[in-house]
Amino acid sequence: MVRGESNEAARAAERVARESYGRLVAFLAARTRDVAGAEDALAEAFAAALHTWPTEGVPHNPDAWLLTVARRRQTDALRRRTTRQAGEEHLKMIADEIEAAAEAPEDIPDRRLALMFACAHPAIERGMRAPLILQTILGLTAIDIAAAFLIPPATMGQRLVRAKARIRDAGIPFGIPDKELLPERLDAVLEAIYAAYTKGWAEIGDAASIALAEEAIWLGRLVVGLLPDEPEAKGMLALMLYTEARRAARRSADGAYVPLEQQDTSLWDDSQIGLAEALLKAANAAGPSGRYQIEAAIQSAHVARRTLGANTWPAILALYDHLLALIASPVVALNRAMALAELEGPDAALAALAPLSADKRMADYQPYWAARGHLMARAGLKGEAHEALTLASGLATDEAVRHYLRGQIAALADG
Amino acid sequence: MRYMMLIHHDEAALANAPQKELWADYAAFNEALAKAGGGMAAGERLQPASAATTVRAGDGRTDVLDGPYADTKEQLAGYFLIEVDNLDEAIAWAKRCPSSRYGSIEIRPLAETYPRPDLSLRR
Repeated sequence: MVRGESNEAARAAERVARESYGRLVAFLAARTRDVAGAEDALAEAFAAALHTWPTEGVPHNPDAWLLTVARRRQTDALRRRTTRQAGEEHLKMIADEIEAAAEAPEDIPDRRLALMFACAHPAIERGMRAPLILQTILGLTAIDIAAAFLIPPATMGQRLVRAKARIRDAGIPFGIPDKELLPERLDAVLEAIYAAYTKGWAEIGDAASIALAEEAIWLGRLVVGLLPDEPEAKGMLALMLYTEARRAARRSADGAYVPLEQQDTSLWDDSQIGLAEALLKAANAAGPSGRYQIEAAIQSAHVARRTLGANTWPAILALYDHLLALIASPVVALNRAMALAELEGPDAALAALAPLSADKRMADYQPYWAARGHLMARAGLKGEAHEALTLASGLATDEAVRHYLRGQIAALADG
Repeated sequence: MRYMMLIHHDEAALANAPQKELWADYAAFNEALAKAGGGMAAGERLQPASAATTVRAGDGRTDVLDGPYADTKEQLAGYFLIEVDNLDEAIAWAKRCPSSRYGSIEIRPLAETYPRPDLSLRR
C-alpha cells in the first residue's frame, strides 16, 4: 500500500501547512484586524507549501519556511502599492510583523482562538461565521466552502470579503472575551464549528463534505486544546466524534440508508467512540451541563444501548427533557417524541407531537414528516402514515433516504 | 478606535419613563464616561423630531420639508463620541447608556485616514 502511505504523508503535510497558515494569519491580522491583508501576504507562500510539502516533505520549521517566502513577496507588494495611501499603513504593519516573526519564528504566539472569536463575533452575520473560520483558520478557498454551503462561489467570495472588511472597519476585537462574555461568545464559536460539521455530515458520499466534517473535528480539537477548562467545547467535540464514528455504518454496501437501530455496530469506529466517551466524562466532571454535553450524553446512551444491549431509553428521554428545557426547539421536541415512543408506544409519542403541527416551520421540515409517518405506521394508522411518509419522501434531498422511505411506503401496502 | 454613538429614541417610551430616575441615571452615566475614560467630548442631546426640518436639493430645485428625514418610530435624539480599543468596549458603553432602554444606539466607527491598530496587543 505504498500509494496509500504516500497519500497519508501528503495529508499530513497539508495538515501542517494549514496549521502553520492559520497560526500566521491570526498572528499577522491581530493588531491591524486586517484579515484580508494578512491572507494576501501569506497566499503565495501557502500555495507553495501546499504544492511542495506533500512531495518534498515538511520543513523543519514550517512557520519559518512560510514567513521566508511571505517576506520576499511582501516587500514587492509594498513597493508596488506605495502610492495607495489607505491600505498602506496596514500593509506596512503586516510587513513589520513578518520581519519580526521571521527573526524568531518559535516565539510566534498562537492567536487562532482570538481570530475565531473575531469571526464568530455577534457583529458578523450568523451564516457567515462558519465560512469565515474555515477560510481564515484553515485556508479553505471560497470555492470549496461554497460547495459545502450550497452557495454560488462568487456569492460566497463576496460575502467573505465583506465580512473581513467588517472585522477591520467595525473594530471587532481579536481576543479571548472577558469571563462574563465568554460563555455566550464561545457558544457562537462552537455553533459555527458545529454548523460546518453538520454540513459535512448531511451530504452523503460527497468527498468535499467528508473533508469538511474532518476539518470541523480538527477545529473542535483546536478549541478544546486552547480552552481546556471549557466543558461545552469538550461536549461538542464528543458529539461530533460520536456521530463521525457511525459514518461507515449509516449506508449499506449498496448505498442504502440504514437507520441507527439497524446499523451494524461492528462498523462503528471504536477508537472515536472511546475518545468521545473520555471527553464527555471530562466535560461532565468539570461543570454544569450545556447543550452539547447533553447531546453527547444522548449519543453515549445510544452507543451503550446498541453495543451493550442496555435499556437506556429512560435515560435518553430524561436527557431530552433536560435539553428541551434548555432550548425549546421543535427539533428537540421531535427527537424527544421518538424516544418517548420507545417507552410508551407510538400513541403517546403522537400525542406529544400534536402541538408541533401548528408550527409553520414543520411544513417543509423533512424529519418531522418522516417521524410522524413512522409513528403512524407503528400505531396502525396506514392512511395517515402513507400521507406523511410520501411527504417526507418528497422533501428528502438525499436519494438514499428517499429510497428508504419508498421501501417504508411499500411495506405499508404489504403489511 | 473612535466611535460615534448615535442615540435613537422611541420618543413615546421616553416620555412615559420616570423622568427623575432617567436623568439621574444619565448624570451617573455621563460622569462614568468622563471619569472612567472612553468619553472624548460631551455628547449632545437633540430637540425631539417634531422640531426637525429636512432639506434636499437636486434637479434644480430645493425641497424644504417639515419633519425628520424618515418618519420612523425611533428618532435620532443625540450622540456621544468615544475612543476605545475595539467594538466590544464600544458595545459595553452602549449597554451602559440609559438611552439603550428607550430605543437603540447605533455604533459607527469614524472614517479615519489611517485605521488605528490595536496597540493593546503585545507580541
